[in-house]
Amino acid sequence: MLSVEDVTVRLADSFNVVSGVSMRIERGEVVGLVGESGCGKSMTSLAIMGLLPAPQARLQAGSIALDGKDITSLPPYRRVEAGCGGVAMIFQEPMTSLNPVLTIGDQLAEAIRVHDGVSGPALRHRAQELLEMVRMPDAALQLGAYPHELSGGMRQRVVIAIALACRPQVLIADEPTTALDVTVQSQILALIRELCDELSMAVLFITHDLGVVAQLADRVLVMYAGRIVESAPVGTIFREPAHPYTRGLLACLPNPLARGRRLQTIVGQAPRPHEIGDGCAFAARCAYAEDACRSPGADWRQVDGDHGVLCRHPQSGQLVQ
Amino acid sequence: MWLYILKRLGAAATTLAAASVIIFIFIHLIPGDPLYVLLGDGATPDQVDALRQKLGFDRSLAVQYFSWLSNVLQGDFGQSIFFQTPVLSVIGDGAETSILLASITMVWIILLGIPVGMIAAMRHGSWTDQGLSGLAMLLASVPTFWVGLYLILIFAAWLGWLPSSGYPSIFDDGGLANLQHLLLPSLALAAPNAALILRLTRASMLDVAREDYVRTARAKGIRPWRVVVRHIFRNALLAVVSAFGFTLAALISEAVVTETVFALPGIGRLVVQSILRRDYPVIQGVILITVVLYLGVNLCVDLSYRFLDPRVELE
Ligand SMILES: Nc1ncnc2c1ncn2[C@@H]1O[C@H](COP(=O)(O)OP(=O)(O)OP(=O)(O)O)[C@@H](O)[C@H]1O
Ligand SMILES: [Mg+2]
Repeated sequence: MLSVEDVTVRLADSFNVVSGVSMRIERGEVVGLVGESGCGKSMTSLAIMGLLPAPQARLQAGSIALDGKDITSLPPYRRVEAGCGGVAMIFQEPMTSLNPVLTIGDQLAEAIRVHDGVSGPALRHRAQELLEMVRMPDAALQLGAYPHELSGGMRQRVVIAIALACRPQVLIADEPTTALDVTVQSQILALIRELCDELSMAVLFITHDLGVVAQLADRVLVMYAGRIVESAPVGTIFREPAHPYTRGLLACLPNPLARGRRLQTIVGQAPRPHEIGDGCAFAARCAYAEDACRSPGADWRQVDGDHGVLCRHPQSGQLVQ
Repeated sequence: MWLYILKRLGAAATTLAAASVIIFIFIHLIPGDPLYVLLGDGATPDQVDALRQKLGFDRSLAVQYFSWLSNVLQGDFGQSIFFQTPVLSVIGDGAETSILLASITMVWIILLGIPVGMIAAMRHGSWTDQGLSGLAMLLASVPTFWVGLYLILIFAAWLGWLPSSGYPSIFDDGGLANLQHLLLPSLALAAPNAALILRLTRASMLDVAREDYVRTARAKGIRPWRVVVRHIFRNALLAVVSAFGFTLAALISEAVVTETVFALPGIGRLVVQSILRRDYPVIQGVILITVVLYLGVNLCVDLSYRFLDPRVELE
């Protein structure tokens, strides 16, 4: 349904923060996009939304299509005009994602008016319905509330309601729970999963938390330094990760069975956008790297059916912890 | 809300009381004697003493203050020493000019400062923006009288389009057409203040444009102008409105200069002349009224905040 081909995002100072990212997401599917902070997850999602912050960042190459219609580089309002406004987004920071001087109802109404073209009582009814969909207590009452009167979790529900008002076929959730505490986090995750099934949306769920991925995603994309380095169904990623980076990430997870052992880390640091050379960006931290890895031209390999990896020597076998 | 207004009025009364003492003392500290101004240099000491007694200037400063204060509280600002007429009527004569000048200036400030600031912000980084910002910087940094003199030079002396000085009342011959006399003075007075509001509007809109909620608004698919007006400008306005209190203070002091440069029969010029004449009651009256006005406007600005920003609790 959503198809992203070779998307490259370039910063104003001419470094690529996203390089040749491709993905396909189908209806009813939750795809997890994982990667360290700064690897380009938010930039990828903003590129898909058509909301890259100009002039600091722009889409250098690539194409984005929804149900076969090309929506590359169209900002959301142009997509609505073109009749393909089916991508919506939930943002990372619920405390700042809502306009402080407008009521929840007003902010919902804006989106409803654009996407449903209704007004008056129908508008109000739809707004209330949306708040009920995101399990907001006292939905009718909260329409008149201002963002500062709500907790972080409640605000994130409102942000989700606003996204749903756009009647999305694809919902991009950019670390929607990072800023929330653990109990609220699991409620919001459960909500997103339910909504995905209820409305048969496709969800691109962005996170750096592998635990969340395990809980929510059907398929996982691993991102490193602006590239997708591995793609596999969630079970495969956890059972037999092929990319040395993915294996490193999984080995870093605290293992309750191995108490007392030192926590593993990946040596070195992820490169900043300007430090990324032509070769494999992970080579400097990779135990299996050889000279060839530092020159350009690593190809995407299909390990098996739906498990692909961007590496010259993908590993096989189960991870031993 | 009413409780808040009441509290603020109480605070204002305290400020006013303190201000009245300071005004009174400082004015009497100005060297020079109004009586000689009034009677001329040839006056004999006997004549001066007689007048001093008649006007009550022979009493102690404290006694004079309290008698003035009790009169003011009853609405009597006393007699002008120079004009020998009630202070309120002297001020009233200048009020028309000053109120009209201030109002027209405010209209300029709002009309020029805010929309032009919006345009500069929306074309951030372009030549339009750089030109407008540069001009604003220039206008904000030159003194009002300088702008006034150049306006007179260009529009009155060279082009001869507009009068350079004076202001006949709109109730006299000419009627509303007399307002053209206020065009140049109000522009001169507006220039530096409009420039400040322009820069502030531009800067706070650029700040707000980076906020996450603006991105949320765009993501909804609403049109760009709606994002600008309803989300960016609406929030940027908070900073701009709070600046209007300061703008008023600037206007009051700059009006004195402007009215002098353009020879306008307003309250600003009245103050300057009254200081030269040591016309204490008039100076005191004008300054007191100015302080009241200033406190009033700031209260209004703070109250308007409550309507602009729901996060503000008035307590
Ligand atoms: N507005 C911007 N201007 C310039 N560079 C930016 C901007 N926003 C992000 N970047 C840079 O782009 C790179 C990718 O950022 P991005 O926000 O996509 O990371 P992320 O994977 O979402 O990280 P996080 O997990 O911290 O959200 C980072 O190196 C960051 O420094
Ligand atoms: Mg991010």
